[in-house]
Amino acid sequence: MAGPVLPVVRLQAEDFDIGEEIARLTTGNSDVGAVVTFSGLCRGEQGSLSALELEHYPGMAEAEIARIAKEATERWPLAGLTAIHRYGKIRPGENIVLVVAASAHRQAAFEAASFLMDFLKSRAPFWKKEHHADGSKGGWVDAKESDDAAAARWKP
Amino acid sequence: MTKLVYFAWVRERIGKPEEDVVVPAGVDTVADLLVWLKSRGDEYQTALRHPEVIRVAINHEHVDHETRIAGAGEIALFPPMTGG
Repeated sequence: MAGPVLPVVRLQAEDFDIGEEIARLTTGNSDVGAVVTFSGLCRGEQGSLSALELEHYPGMAEAEIARIAKEATERWPLAGLTAIHRYGKIRPGENIVLVVAASAHRQAAFEAASFLMDFLKSRAPFWKKEHHADGSKGGWVDAKESDDAAAARWKP
Repeated sequence: MTKLVYFAWVRERIGKPEEDVVVPAGVDTVADLLVWLKSRGDEYQTALRHPEVIRVAINHEHVDHETRIAGAGEIALFPPMTGG
């Protein structure tokens, strides 16, 4: 392979099409033997949640995800890597985030996708605010220590 | 002038998304900046009551509280991140 691939990083309010994003990495590239996708969705929390509001830091959010994605392409032999994160109001059942990792073999694709998600959760500047279905005042979602621990396990 | 930008509950508690400030002499590090900001009013006191949880970025890159702020164009203050 001729050096690390250039990752695709997108931030957008609108939804994404997982099939299209896979095709973008595989079409015309017959060296791809494995594609791993991870998509994160908004949970309804047993009907109590009407929406999540995703706030982000424009400029830094793209830059930070690009830094994490670049590290993944340097660490694993990838044929393609895509990360898409939505912002704005997202309702239960809708997509929030997508990672697509393509490689010759499955191990690199699985690990790169997992690595990217772990670091994205603890380092990409996004914040979720809950909107409650019953109209009561929602609050900011607290960060989980388990997310920091998940990122720490990738330390060389 | 240094541009400060705030996000999520830091922004809500301070009551504005951004502001330009003249950082006084002697305020050298991120930790110093947080102490100085807390002295600027009740809203800052509330937002920065637990400075150890505040995450900081200078010019779009994460930094720790010991980092010197000299030459920073944009300093962002925000809570731990909850994306993904």
